[in-house]
Amino acid sequence: MTQESAKVQKSKVKSQKSIPPYPTLIILAILAVLPLTGLSSYMMHIFILVIMWAVIGMAWNLLGGYCGQVSFGHAAYFGVGAYTAGILYSKLGLSPWWGIPLSIIVVALFSFVLGFIVLRLRGPFFALATLASGEVMRVTAENLQPLTGGTLGILVQERTWIVKTWYYYVILAIAAGTFFLVKKLIESKLGYYFVAIREDQDAAESLGINTTLYKTLALCISGVLTGIAGAFYTNYMGYIDPHVAFALHDISIITIMIVMVGGVATFWGPFAGAVIMVLLAEYIRSMPGLGAAHQTLFGILLIVIIIFLPNGIVGDFPKLKRLLGLRSASQ
Amino acid sequence: MTPVQLEVFLQTLIAGLLLGGLYALIGLGMTLIMGVMKIINLAHGELMMVAMYIAYWMFVLFHIDPYLSVFIATPVLFLLGAAIQKFLINPMLKVESILPENQVILTVGIGMVLANLATLFFKSDYRSTPVDYATSAFYLSDFWKASPIELSLSLPWAVSFIFAVGITIALWFFLARTDTGKSIRATAQDTDAALLMGVNVKMMRVVTFGIGSGLVGAAGCLFLPIYYLFPSLGGQFTLIAFVITILGGLGSTVGAIIGGLILGVFESMTATYIGMGWAPVGRFVVFVACLIFLPGGVASLLKKKRFGK
Repeated sequence: MTQESAKVQKSKVKSQKSIPPYPTLIILAILAVLPLTGLSSYMMHIFILVIMWAVIGMAWNLLGGYCGQVSFGHAAYFGVGAYTAGILYSKLGLSPWWGIPLSIIVVALFSFVLGFIVLRLRGPFFALATLASGEVMRVTAENLQPLTGGTLGILVQERTWIVKTWYYYVILAIAAGTFFLVKKLIESKLGYYFVAIREDQDAAESLGINTTLYKTLALCISGVLTGIAGAFYTNYMGYIDPHVAFALHDISIITIMIVMVGGVATFWGPFAGAVIMVLLAEYIRSMPGLGAAHQTLFGILLIVIIIFLPNGIVGDFPKLKRLLGLRSASQ
Repeated sequence: MTPVQLEVFLQTLIAGLLLGGLYALIGLGMTLIMGVMKIINLAHGELMMVAMYIAYWMFVLFHIDPYLSVFIATPVLFLLGAAIQKFLINPMLKVESILPENQVILTVGIGMVLANLATLFFKSDYRSTPVDYATSAFYLSDFWKASPIELSLSLPWAVSFIFAVGITIALWFFLARTDTGKSIRATAQDTDAALLMGVNVKMMRVVTFGIGSGLVGAAGCLFLPIYYLFPSLGGQFTLIAFVITILGGLGSTVGAIIGGLILGVFESMTATYIGMGWAPVGRFVVFVACLIFLPGGVASLLKKKRFGK
């Protein structure tokens, strides 16, 4: 083993420490009382977006970071979840809230079938197959006009709540569930199986780990969590169309960016990433005349992060501190 | 088959083969990069978009025909690709990270920057080059008066196809006959052995990425007279290139050509018999069917030694 790969091994092992439960609880408690402080509607909107993206980021991290299956198509699960809620409303006249429990079943089935196809691929080929699957779902949604309304999308007219506070609590509850589920998973035997598959799939297989089973499991859990976020999105925004729900750049790539910026295979990475990305996006959007600039900046940020902080802000925190001169280089 | 059905079928077949020739050129660039460097360039379609904008502005500003722009855009794209490899991807190879897919994600970032810079500079308008030969075509009845069926061959499509074939042959000569070409093939087959034989592997990577970009740049110029242009067109062509690469067998140049033709024919059949909008779904069907039934791609059928692995 070369010195370089030994270093990589060390950094990988470090990310497998068990996560203390208190910070999560404290953060959740702070977030729970936050609406009582009388924040503006716009601030609530930002918080809702941050928490929603943190959920999607955690979901992606479970599959991509811990299990090593880098998916470029999480928009597929997001969109299927979103459309489950939307179609329930537009075709059956049910409240789109039913979409959240139902999307668990729909997305689980969907990701199981998709997993059967894409999980036989490895590494970059898996990444590309998932990218294609997201795009195919978008085209399918555009063409299945009777069911999805085609490019016109679905407008949910009966908004349940006007006040954002209740949406905030719903997504916070989803996030709390996601955080504890992901925490439980990565601290359990299953989490170690995931990491074993990421590190060396053949070795894991030879040790008797049923890699197909665990990869499918990781994909289904990750897909379902993303799908729930999608169903929430339909309820919150009240409108979906194929370009929004199955967006390659605005969903799939942003999801990867959140995890990459925050820290791949770190528990806190997706939070940090979601905060940074949402705030950055909103800040750039608030500046006039910078329409396409925010995607350009995101692209540059992605390149810079990959070259200089490949394990993200959380994963490479000591390195970041050193770069910023907060700690002497010897440490 | 009635004459009308036959006519539709043959016309679709011709359109598919012409499209396939251009697809093969796009796929060739990707398969070359994939074969030598084992990385997937997800900015492939965006590089093509850049070449199309170069050709477009050449036409608008200096009235240079898009077919002549091949000779301008290809070298420019070669330099751009070489620079990307030298300054972004090569340093990246040294960086330690948890996920090996960082390289793929890096190219996504490059693609994002290119596509959005194009949006920033040129707006997201759809543009096309108003070449005067855009609608001219050859008809079968012009050559064969008593023909029972009528077939047409669009002039720009035919010219693009001939150009694509010419470039492919030139590439083949380059890889088979020149020293640089041989070094590239050596790097693809066994990087370590090539290094020991005195091949400058790092340089070969830069050159290969340049050639791959140049090829897709040429394809972009050939697409311009027959297609419209907008900043986000890259994504779909990246996917097309990737499907062709899988279909052809990873890293196989001959496979990429056959893969391109198969995909072109399949897509135009889907468009004729199922519906225009379903072509991308058809692409995915080919892709999945290939993964399940023919994991080695066309190359495994040819039983040729693979170009790299």
